[in-house]
Amino acid sequence: MDTTIALILAQDGIVNGAIYALLGLALVLVFAVTRVIFIPQGEFVAFGALTLAMLVDGRTPATAWLLVLAGAAVVLMELARARRTGLWRGLPRTLLACVALPFFLLWLAPRVAGAGAPLWVNVLTALALVVPLGPMLYRVAYQPLAEASVLVLLIVSVAVHFALTGIALAFFGAEGWRTPAFVEGSVDLGFAVWSGQSLFVVGTCAALIAALWLFFGRTLYGKALRATAVNRRGARLVGISTGMSGSLTFGLAALIGALSGMLIAPVTTIYYDTGFLIGLKGFVAAIVGGLASYPAAAAGALLVGLLEAFASFWASAYKEVIVFTLIIPVLLWRSLSSRPAEDEE
Amino acid sequence: MMRRLPLALFLLALAVLPLWPGTPEFWITQLNYIGLASLVVLGLVLLTGVGGLTSFGQAAFVGIGAYATAWLTTQQAWSPWLALPAGLAVTALVAWALGAVTLRLSGHYLPLGTIAWCLSLFYLFGNLDLLGKHDGIAGIEPIRLFGVSLASGRHIYYLIWALALLAVWATRNLLDSRPGRAIRALRNGAGMAESFGVDTGAYKIAIFIYAALLACVSGWLYAHMQRAVSPSPFGLNYGIEYLFMAVVGGAAHVWGALLGSALVLTLKDQIQNLLPRLLDTSANFEMIVFGVLLVVLLQHARDGLWPILAGWWARIAPHADAQREPPAGAPALPRRARPEPGAAVLEVAGLRKEFGGLVAVRDIGFAVRAGEIVGLIGPNGAGKSTTFNLVTGVTPATRGSVRFMGRRIDGLSAREIARLGVGRTFQHVQLLPGMSVLENAALGAHLRGRAGIVAGALHAERASEAQLLNEAAIQLRRVGLGDHLHEPAGSLPLGRQRILEIARALAADPVLLLLDEPAAGLRYREKQDLARVLSQLRDEGMSLLLVEHDMDFVMRLTDHLVVMDFGAKLAEGPPAAIQADPAVLQAYLGGIDDDLPLTAPAAGGAS
Repeated sequence: MDTTIALILAQDGIVNGAIYALLGLALVLVFAVTRVIFIPQGEFVAFGALTLAMLVDGRTPATAWLLVLAGAAVVLMELARARRTGLWRGLPRTLLACVALPFFLLWLAPRVAGAGAPLWVNVLTALALVVPLGPMLYRVAYQPLAEASVLVLLIVSVAVHFALTGIALAFFGAEGWRTPAFVEGSVDLGFAVWSGQSLFVVGTCAALIAALWLFFGRTLYGKALRATAVNRRGARLVGISTGMSGSLTFGLAALIGALSGMLIAPVTTIYYDTGFLIGLKGFVAAIVGGLASYPAAAAGALLVGLLEAFASFWASAYKEVIVFTLIIPVLLWRSLSSRPAEDEE
Repeated sequence: MMRRLPLALFLLALAVLPLWPGTPEFWITQLNYIGLASLVVLGLVLLTGVGGLTSFGQAAFVGIGAYATAWLTTQQAWSPWLALPAGLAVTALVAWALGAVTLRLSGHYLPLGTIAWCLSLFYLFGNLDLLGKHDGIAGIEPIRLFGVSLASGRHIYYLIWALALLAVWATRNLLDSRPGRAIRALRNGAGMAESFGVDTGAYKIAIFIYAALLACVSGWLYAHMQRAVSPSPFGLNYGIEYLFMAVVGGAAHVWGALLGSALVLTLKDQIQNLLPRLLDTSANFEMIVFGVLLVVLLQHARDGLWPILAGWWARIAPHADAQREPPAGAPALPRRARPEPGAAVLEVAGLRKEFGGLVAVRDIGFAVRAGEIVGLIGPNGAGKSTTFNLVTGVTPATRGSVRFMGRRIDGLSAREIARLGVGRTFQHVQLLPGMSVLENAALGAHLRGRAGIVAGALHAERASEAQLLNEAAIQLRRVGLGDHLHEPAGSLPLGRQRILEIARALAADPVLLLLDEPAAGLRYREKQDLARVLSQLRDEGMSLLLVEHDMDFVMRLTDHLVVMDFGAKLAEGPPAAIQADPAVLQAYLGGIDDDLPLTAPAAGGAS
């Protein structure tokens, strides 16, 4: 291997690592706030990328219909809850978010799709179609089990992953898609030539991470989520509702997932089930970080990205074996450096 | 009789189905798959449902079993009957290695770890030249049994179901044995079990290997039934599906494994048949329906369907639970040698515990002699419970020494301390509420039996088991719980649960008994009974150290008192002297010179 190849591989690794870092952050966030190990994160990657691909291709993405369905499910559950508890107050907002918004988007999507609109309009529309699915998913699948053990929540996650993969296959078909690059051309950095798209991906990831940092450090909602992560019961006692923090977290996770999908879709062909493996690599990153520390998760992500890039050069058939086996020495190291903990139940 | 009826009907139907020529071939195939899945799911019941260790990776062990026999029989021309033990050995080795690495991790790391190694092994199967890469290995010979080829589905059916039912039998046996009690404690009582000498780490690895071996057997059968293997049925999706089956059937119930496998596989098949007709599409709808159904099931019946079914049957055919009286004729267990009366049993010197800057226990020292009851008292937050945990090895001390019968035990684990003859109860009752009173007490006698997993699974340890149960029953009768042997421990009122904890500790035949607030929650009469039992134990030469808030109880019962306040020893001496000690009075009742004058009631009602 010469330097040129090494630099190209390093570039690949860093770009993928940046994406894994984003996903790893989202996973750590969701776990810290809701104790959900969010395996369906990868589905949001696929939904984001494929919805954008459909819009660019001039078709109405079926995600719009999914949104209407999910909204209907939320409304039904809310109605049942309201009947049971006699609390009807939150209902108008639910109707607005889960009926009006999906139908508006259902009306909007074909108009954007056919119009040959600029890429950023498509991106925004795709985000609007995918991100609300996050909070809706939380309400339908997870909120009724908010007090269950991590294990039950994990099994729910796997079930949701199954369902969403099936839905993705039904909606987008088995063929792979790519989307146009956000940025054309390339930049000479002196020691290597980087494609504009790569720089854009890394830059966007960095910006997003900075934005998240500001959100958690400076805003009331961000602080509320942090409080929930530290002590759920304590947060509830001072008026931070579990439902609110869950919905917000899932919204953020969906946003990060969908954006990640759109960022890699120009360089990687995305199939309906691609997201799962990408999400799992975000997981490996998050586990390296111990599902607790954000900087460690980001560092783990870069490691995974680089390892994958170099492994694909030296032993491409064993690329996945190497990446997923990496987790075992990491787990070993964690198990030796920490006292065996009691299972919480 | 009524209770056994469904089982008898089920076995009869299983035996007759393939003999009757009218049975469609498809049913046989489907039943074969259900049997194969049941083997894997049974392992998950033990591992996940009972032991609390979640694995998404069982499909990989099925793969190891299938590939091992495929390679050995096609490339090395081994007999399948030799390839099976070879596959089992490989599986055990892999499971041991993976378990040693991942099982020490807390709750959610383990399932994530299993996802990772399941994927790794899957890609490994698909990329090794040796194993035929993604095409796999074809042309596997059928199994021959007593000269009969099991090539047809109707023939291998009997082997599959014989092994599956054998696994059900062994797993049920295992759960109802000495190792079984330890395994049932892993999920919610691991710390408590350690205090009775259960090596929880070793049991976790053991059930992990047990589950992997069952999966391996399933893989071996699969390879010879299909006559070909390829990587796809050993991927993560199948690992997940096995876990689904366990959850749907009822993860903590052995028969739930069969029910779950049958339901999931039948449902999957029906959905694959029906949905395309209904929706005119070939898309993968069973995944969607599956996922949604599972979420709904978890939201409404978290324990799976077996308990619901069993509940219905219990209502249709009510029966008194088969109450197995422990055989009274079982020879008594050997007892430990007691120290001479008056010999020092426990000596604590300069014991200190710091939590960061906080000194919870400040250089405390005291001694407990054989045949003596020592009370450790003090206001809330005085460091009594911390002292307790230091002595029993639950928390490591910052410095100082603890000697038991002259031997240093500080630095030893709770398990080793238990082995030396220290029994204890817990301030917050730690029982296994689903297990019977008798079984809970028998867990205390864990170290007095030796039966292992294999003996437990084969029920070859009945004589030793009878001794353990007998000992548990003796201790239960002694503390006055003789009428409640077969009730679930969780149904006892709190006071009785504390008494049960004492019986459990006594079952370990301790030299020194540490009781953390034994009288809390007891009524007056019960306290009197308890005091009688404790003084009887003292007369037999046992040493007792107890933390208690009921002053009346403490003053009457103990020979010696140690008073703690703010982590330090405030006073020490016979009860009468302590009652008169001004420093103690001040700590308990406030200063004599305080604004609020107290006509100090000497015999404190402080609690």
